[in-house]
Formats: sequence, C-alpha cells, structure tokens
Amino acid sequence: MALRIASPTGAVLVVLVAACDGPQSALDVAGDGATRIADLFWGMAAGAAVIWIGVVGLAVYATRVRPGEHSGRTAKLLLIGGGVVFPTIVLTGLLSYGLLLIPELREPSDGRLIVSVTGEQWWWRVRYETADGRTVELANELRLPVGEAVEVRLESRDVIHAFWVPSLAGKIDMVPGRVTRLSLKPTRTGEFRGACAEYCGESHALMAFPVAVMEPAAFAAWLEDQHALAAPPSTPETERGARLFMAMGCGSCHAVRGTAAAGTIGPDLTHIGGRASLGAGILVNDVDAFARWIAETDHVKPGVRMPAFGMLAESDLRALGQYLESLQ
Amino acid sequence: MVKSPRLRDSLWMLIAAPTIWSLHFLFSYVTAAVWCAKLAEGASLGGARTAVAMYSAAAIAAIGAVAHYGWRRHCQETRHPHDVPTSHGRQRFLGFAILLLAGLSAVAVVYGALPAAFIASCH
Repeated sequence: MALRIASPTGAVLVVLVAACDGPQSALDVAGDGATRIADLFWGMAAGAAVIWIGVVGLAVYATRVRPGEHSGRTAKLLLIGGGVVFPTIVLTGLLSYGLLLIPELREPSDGRLIVSVTGEQWWWRVRYETADGRTVELANELRLPVGEAVEVRLESRDVIHAFWVPSLAGKIDMVPGRVTRLSLKPTRTGEFRGACAEYCGESHALMAFPVAVMEPAAFAAWLEDQHALAAPPSTPETERGARLFMAMGCGSCHAVRGTAAAGTIGPDLTHIGGRASLGAGILVNDVDAFARWIAETDHVKPGVRMPAFGMLAESDLRALGQYLESLQ
Repeated sequence: MVKSPRLRDSLWMLIAAPTIWSLHFLFSYVTAAVWCAKLAEGASLGGARTAVAMYSAAAIAAIGAVAHYGWRRHCQETRHPHDVPTSHGRQRFLGFAILLLAGLSAVAVVYGALPAAFIASCH
C-alpha cells in the first residue's frame, strides 16, 4: 500500500503514533499495572510540556519582550524558586507517587493462582500453581485469566534477566538467588508479547514470550488440559518422530510427560504443539519451524545450550517436527 | 609551601555533607539487605524502617550543622564579594559551596529514605 504523507510534521506524527499500539506497547494498556504507568507517563508528559513552554516563554520574554536589565531580586527569586524549590517539590511528588504504587504491584498471593517464571539463557521456565496445590510446568508462554490478579514469582538460574509485558505491567528484574514478585491483573482479553528487558547474553534479543489473556472459563479449561499427559503418537510419521526423539537423546534434556523423556535441563515439551511460538517467541509453531530449530539451533539462537542436530536427514527432521507438532 | 590550616579545613568541610549522604545511603541499604536476608519475620521491613528513620534524623542533623557552618563562613565577610581572587573571596565562595552541597545532600538523604517510608515489605 502506498502511503502519501502531506508534510514532515505528518511523517513525525505517523512515526510517533505507530509506537502507541500493538502487542508490546506500554501505552496500549491491558492491565492494572500498565494503566497506572501509562497514567503516570501522560501526566509527566503534560507536566514536561507545561514546563518547557514556561522556560521557552521566559527565554523569549528575557531576550525579545524585555531585553533590558532585570532586578537582582527578581532574578534571585527565579533562580531559587524555579531552579531549586520547584524541581525539588516536583521530583519529591513523582518519587512518592512511584513508591506508593510499588506495594500494590507486588502484592503477595492470598490463595489465588501463582505463576513462577524462571529466566534461563534464553528461555522462560513457567510453573502454574493453583489454589488446590496442583502444579504444572510449562515454558515460553504465559496465559492469564482476564480480571483476576495473578501473583508472578520471578527467579533466574544463571544471570540477571528482567520480566516485562509492557501491555500488562512494569518490568522487574529476575535475580539469581532471589525471588521477586509482580502482580498481574489483565483488564481485557487479547494476545500480547513479553520480553527480557535486561541484557543477558548474546541471544538476549531472542528471549521473548507470547502472552494470551483469556476468559476465565477458557483459561481454566486450558490449564486443565496442560495437566494432562502427552497424547501418544497417532500416525506412522509421528510414531517415527517419537522413536527418533528418544533415540537421539532429546529426553535427557526435555520432558514429555507420559513418556520416558524426563529431562529438566530444557523446556518441558508435553504440550509444545499447542503453544503460540517456538524458541521463546521467535519462530511460528509449525513443522518447518521445528525442523529448522532442530537442525540449525545455533543459527536460530546463537549461544544456546541445545546442540544442533544438523546431521539428521530432512525426513527425520520432519518426522520429529510432526511428532512435536502433534503434542497439543 | 605551607598551606593555611583554615583553607585546608574548608576543603574538608566541602565534602562533609556529600560524605554524610553517602554514608546514610550505605547504612540504609546494608541494614535493609541484612534485615530482609537474615532477620525479617514474615517479610516485614519493620525494624529496618525504624533504623533508616534514625539514620535519616542523624544525617539531617549533621548536614544541618554543616550548612550552618557554611552559612556562617559565607556571611562573616560581607564586605568582600566572592567573585574576586582574594583570600576573603575564596572563604566566602567556599562557605557558599558548602551551604549548597549541604542542601543537595539533605534532599538526597530524604530521597534515599523515602522508600522505607512507603514500602513495608521485603518483597
């Protein structure tokens, strides 16, 4: 589609406005925390605009309207009032408001759903713990019920990562040896994107995750499905894929619940076929992407611990892909 | 060359208030960290908040004394402007710099203590 932009101002506006929506925008809010942050941003932007107009107005007044000498008393008042007292009051107000928000955004759970997310180079280990004490381990995807506050507990196994879903809430560090907390309360359903917001190594930019906010009933059904064991292979091709999966040693690092694969080093793959993306938010979830990931792991995500299985024949890669795709 | 003891004192006083600020920050941070890691019951920041309040009161009092010293030094030679390169001008200038740094340090101490005023939990 050809776009005609009438003026440079129009071009600037298009660039600015283009950043205001989308699945990873802090201004396209879908959660309580993000709403507070967006309100703060707009308030600060308006305040900054007023201050800027005031300063430029004074500069014009002093250089154009009344360029002569001003009284020392007025100059002193302006310097002390505008340069010391006013910024101190404004910054104190902003700091206090920001600090007031923190306890609410990190409120601990009172028997609600708890989601533990562990950052690892360069993927996310996700564990859901329901009020009845059941847990299930997933990876690289977050699903949440709309309108319910969920406590997210954040950890790291290696270096400092940061958990950030801009549409839902602010970012928070994931520090090795510590558990940090964040309360997420989505306000509308939709698909969003989260990302690691702290440089954590060579594939930091490839460490993302899709976030789906669902109706509570759909979420409950999905979570129940995640507790289920993996579906056994149902076609000759997926059966061959399952045999290859075990023969190539994939089960040493990955778990597929309901099979002999019980590795815990890499992501749990029990329901990987049902996830919205592969490789922590970087590939679409289809057979071709599985084959590419398995054969060219180090090219798709440089530095990753999983070895590339480029020695496999194309037909083997597709069989593995079809098996993994069938794990819905 | 022998330096004037008074001038040497002045330079030390120049960094006194920022030093108090940095010590306040260090003690507050270490106290909160040790409290949360070793002593907190139920993740309450209670005792550490009291300690930070006490550090803050002591730091503000000490910075107030430094500011008073700076103000006196600035005002004692009112006949001389502080923008000429004379001994008196230097003394007045240093007094004023001590006063301004004390003001900045006092604000910084308050900002360093504000988290303890608003946040009650180690979480």
